[in-house]
Amino acid sequence: MALAPSINCAETDLTADFRDQFLLTYQHMLLARVLEEKLGSLYRAGGRIVGGVYIGKGQEAFSAALGVQLRKGSDIYGPLIRDQAGRIAYGEPILDCVRTYLGTITGPMRGRDGNIHRGRPKEGLLAMISHLGSLLSVVAGGLFARRQAGTLGDSIGATSIGDGGTSTGAFHEGLNMAAVEKLPIIVSIANNQYAYSTPNTRQYACENLVDRAAGYGIEGVSVDATDLASCLKAFRAAVARARSGGGPQMIVGTLLRLAGHGEHDDASYIPDKARQGTSARDCLAVAEKFALDHGWMNSTDLRELNEEVRLNVDQTISKVSNEPAPDPFKENWQALSSADLVEGQHEA
Amino acid sequence: MSITYLEAIREAQYEALRNDPAVFLYGQDIATFGGAFKATKNLSKEFPNRVFDAPISEDAMVGMAVGAAVEGARPIIEMQFADFSSVGFNQIVNQAATLYWRTNVPCPITIRMPSGGTAGSGPFHSQSMEAIYAHYPGLVIVTPATVEDAYWMLLDSVQLNDPVIYCEHKFLYYHLKADQIGDHELPIGKARIARPGRHATIVTYSAMVHEALRAAEELQLDGYSIEVVDLRSVKPMDTDTILASVARTGRLLALGEAFPWGGVTAEIIARVTTEGFHLLDAPPMRLNSKDTPIPYHPNLWKSHRPTTSTIAGALRRLLRY
Ligand SMILES: Cc1ncc(C[n+]2csc(CCOP(=O)(O)OP(=O)(O)O)c2C)c(N)n1
Repeated sequence: MALAPSINCAETDLTADFRDQFLLTYQHMLLARVLEEKLGSLYRAGGRIVGGVYIGKGQEAFSAALGVQLRKGSDIYGPLIRDQAGRIAYGEPILDCVRTYLGTITGPMRGRDGNIHRGRPKEGLLAMISHLGSLLSVVAGGLFARRQAGTLGDSIGATSIGDGGTSTGAFHEGLNMAAVEKLPIIVSIANNQYAYSTPNTRQYACENLVDRAAGYGIEGVSVDATDLASCLKAFRAAVARARSGGGPQMIVGTLLRLAGHGEHDDASYIPDKARQGTSARDCLAVAEKFALDHGWMNSTDLRELNEEVRLNVDQTISKVSNEPAPDPFKENWQALSSADLVEGQHEA
Repeated sequence: MSITYLEAIREAQYEALRNDPAVFLYGQDIATFGGAFKATKNLSKEFPNRVFDAPISEDAMVGMAVGAAVEGARPIIEMQFADFSSVGFNQIVNQAATLYWRTNVPCPITIRMPSGGTAGSGPFHSQSMEAIYAHYPGLVIVTPATVEDAYWMLLDSVQLNDPVIYCEHKFLYYHLKADQIGDHELPIGKARIARPGRHATIVTYSAMVHEALRAAEELQLDGYSIEVVDLRSVKPMDTDTILASVARTGRLLALGEAFPWGGVTAEIIARVTTEGFHLLDAPPMRLNSKDTPIPYHPNLWKSHRPTTSTIAGALRRLLRY
């Protein structure tokens, strides 16, 4: 069987342009990490966060390496559960995140939906629903409509999913449709080895998820998702191919989730053995070391960056803490945009 | 010159495509083949690149329509049979129906659902899904019963900035003809008095409107005048017109072809008893299909769904009370 290629970053790829993108992406990763740590502690402290907290610890490199290639406002991005870093890299302000977690009326979801289910669809950032797999066809539809209208240009779409989500019918339907339509879409699969508590062996029977790409007639590559340099290289290539008409691309990143499914979950089902080995590396530490080793940052840069990021997060959270919650008496309780079709008078 | 219900649906799609470049059609076998029922016959010839064959992926078809709508398109999705929309159920009730509420971005999509039974169709090609979808906030459910409504309500649906489940009845495709398509008279959300009467009201929709009208004629011979209300849209439901009719007649029969449990007839009766109990001279009555999957053999099918004679029987019981 001809297996799909696997991407590694060679020293020869390290141009100045690559270095700049690497450092920028690293900053996005760090901001995501610090923000999520803070959200996690707010969650544990209780009282402030509405609902659960879902974090992407260990997945920042893979997520941000995609987000940073996308053009905010012109590309369509459908992030999923663990894409805080990708969202930041794409350009979603962390204000949107904090406002949604705290459920304030000021956020894009106005308290009507929470945590990771946020977005600004008209600005290219789709607002996921919980049902895994269902976003792929929505991204494809956006691209389809643009192609119809003649406004597609070289814009692309991207969406991500976990190993578990790839088992849904919706995922297969959506990917097949995108492939049939030859739409410029990147599907990034974070194989973090567990879907909630279910291990890969109970999720799929093929050797490697990327082998599926061939079955849909699309390009697929595997990448070590703990290594930012390799992730950047893989997504750069995929995005360039998609922009120039190469059709759908699948990228599978191998890693281990370094947190629970949500902050309510201690992930005790992950055996110690899984926590050793390459895929359990912390991508943030790997990227940091890479930058230090190559002389792209020094320890002072690192410390200053950390302070700056923490300040940014703290300020954002204290600002949002003073923002208003939704008021049920002022809420416009209508689910249709056509006000004349809303049934309000029959509440008996 | 005459036009069938099916031709009216095709004509409406033709008009929608002609009026607005943002409209496109997506569904299985709808392009060159013209659709399983030929509701899109020749449209791909007339609008090349606006009418597309979809893979057998109802979930992805609806998902793609939502994404397209966000980008300003106004897609019309054809389900080959309403029954198969169950595969796209999640995208309809969770993606399309919640989009506006969650994000303030409207979702102008129209999903055409060939609904209801025809002889020899069996359990998977006969279902009426309107009550299932009506249960979910954020969707508009229309059930045209006339050639006129088939035409105008489809055009209205496409223009509406919300997701519309357009339930067209397969039995009416060829059985219903009009000399021409009349003027646009009622908007979505308004019911129609299909036949005025004084002694009892039948509230119904879709193909059952015609069975109800025939039953009313039968009772005319006994000296009763029966009012028939055609809901036209089951959501929103025009409660005012229903109550006004019951106020005139004092008796209610809620009639539907769909399964009995819950559903549109239950909703009609709930509204009339909670808001118009004092108007009733008899307990309200309901008539639906039997509570079994829809049978294959025409003999069984005909006695599974309400027919002119079972409706007439129900009316006689209602009038005797
Ligand atoms: C269709 C569907 N079924 C079940 C769930 C509940 N659920 C939420 S996340 C999750 C696990 C997802 O695992 P995976 O796709 O591997 O992503 P990960 O959480 O590992 O990043 C499950 C079962 C859901 N959201 N959607």
